Amino acid sequence: MFRNKSGEFSWVDFTIDVLRVLIVLAVVVGAWNTLSSGRISLAQWVNLLAAGLSQGSIYALIALGYTLVYGILLMINFAHGEVFMAGAFSAFFLAEALNRTGFLNEQPLLSILLMFMFAGLISMTVAVLVERIAYRPLRGSPRLVPLITAIGASFFLQYAFRGLYGSNFKAYPQVRALQGAVQIGDISIPVAQIFVFCSALVLMFGLHWLVERTRIGKAMRAVSENKEVARLMGIDIDWVILFTFGVGGFLAGAAGVINGLFRPQGVNFYMGFIPGIKAFTAAVLGGIGNIPGAMLGGLFLGVIEAIGPNLVLAGLGIPGANQLKDVIAFTMLVLVLIFRPQGILGERLSETKA
Amino acid sequence: MALLEVNDIHTYYGNIHALKGISFEVDSGEIIALIGSNGAGKTTTLRTISGLMSPRAGNIVYAGRDISSTRADLLVLSGISMVPEGRGVFAKLTVEENLDMGAYVRTDGEVADDLDSAFEMFPRLLERRKQLAGTLSGGEQQMLAIARALMSRPRLLLLDEPSMGLAPVLVDVVFEAIQRIASEGVTILLVEQNAHMALQIANRGYVLQSGEVAISDTAANLQRNEVVQKTYLGID
Repeated sequence: MFRNKSGEFSWVDFTIDVLRVLIVLAVVVGAWNTLSSGRISLAQWVNLLAAGLSQGSIYALIALGYTLVYGILLMINFAHGEVFMAGAFSAFFLAEALNRTGFLNEQPLLSILLMFMFAGLISMTVAVLVERIAYRPLRGSPRLVPLITAIGASFFLQYAFRGLYGSNFKAYPQVRALQGAVQIGDISIPVAQIFVFCSALVLMFGLHWLVERTRIGKAMRAVSENKEVARLMGIDIDWVILFTFGVGGFLAGAAGVINGLFRPQGVNFYMGFIPGIKAFTAAVLGGIGNIPGAMLGGLFLGVIEAIGPNLVLAGLGIPGANQLKDVIAFTMLVLVLIFRPQGILGERLSETKA
Repeated sequence: MALLEVNDIHTYYGNIHALKGISFEVDSGEIIALIGSNGAGKTTTLRTISGLMSPRAGNIVYAGRDISSTRADLLVLSGISMVPEGRGVFAKLTVEENLDMGAYVRTDGEVADDLDSAFEMFPRLLERRKQLAGTLSGGEQQMLAIARALMSRPRLLLLDEPSMGLAPVLVDVVFEAIQRIASEGVTILLVEQNAHMALQIANRGYVLQSGEVAISDTAANLQRNEVVQKTYLGID
């Protein structure tokens, strides 16, 4: 302890080690206090877990977009939160229209399926256009350049939506079929959360199948491993990259719908920012570039966010702990970057990939 | 008419003039060896033909068509396939998936047959079919790289240093495979530092030196050539 690799005392290592001990202490003491006080019942913990998993599945779907693009281009697409926002917005308009005709509550499943398709396609289009217009011309330039462009694209999309639809908050109409809760003993879990979690699982399995089993999925993996050899196989790299952006976009659009079903309020031009950053955190947490990592990281972050404040922060006597879930999320990001930069499932990055 | 005609090509890496006017031709059904020392321009020549690089001057004619600036992925469709330097297998894909990628451009229904013949040519690959290519030995990776390049059913196969880093017994296996591929009608352009092996199986050869063709002759004559013997075959 307190020594660097060459065995000398180092203040950086010392600080990191002290930090490590303090964090473990805080978590243990906080958790002990909360659990021994018995303030939160088992049923309530299960509720928190379920809410965390639903929120986490939204993060996971968005995180997949970050990780897919990173895997293939080693680039963080910071406009991806806005791709999510575009999907949430478009599904909102469709849901409104369906609600007005009454179709939404007559055929809830079909309506939601339509919303998924519509939002997915819109987000896919946005993601593909951003790649084609903003990123492709910069391919081969230093890595800082597309990063800055991504931030520019992100602002462009935010203010384009603000210009088109104003800055007030909109809310999804209620889907009656998703109201209510499933009762198991004294535990009750909202139907919406179960639905959200299950549809996210279906999408993730779909992605897994696409990447592992299909021709284009294998090509995506080949391109991410070695672009030059992939070209020698006759693979059109530009098309595969575009396709990857499209897939990530579709998942983000679907996440937009899921978000609207889970938490109807809050449709706004700025709504992609926080989930975007959180999903980026989730992707880093799981190991950026790693697909199962993004899924795991998303779910993990959602659960930590839901349980962490109540378990640790409240136990430490911090008031309004539930307001601090963003603190937990971003603390996680910082901690992962300090202690395990390659993420949970990530491999240690070589110089070329770092 | 030659299958491949390389006419006075000049290729650059940035400002470095790597190929200074290389010309040669490859007839259908031949095995042609390009030999030369490190930095002579052998790999650059293959990269330029395969479309990974473009010549700044000169042209490359393949099957009567100028392909000097055709993209690499499109050339695969017209029958040029390359085994890159260092094998370039996809380490995180299985052996079978690597072969599938070799057949990426194929739309006919005979891919499964070709997969069988690939496994017949290299039975080692069949045993390791579901294994990640990154876990194979160097020799197995070279076999995989060659088998993969054949999956596109090429007319012209470009091989970059297939013997590099292999134990002598595996070098023999690889060169036997190359001869067998040639006997099935695939034209082969072989780049080798192992001039001895290359000239044994080649019909003709070109000796490259500092980005230029220094000597061109039949393989038999090159083996007898004093300069070649001294510089590349290690015979005094």
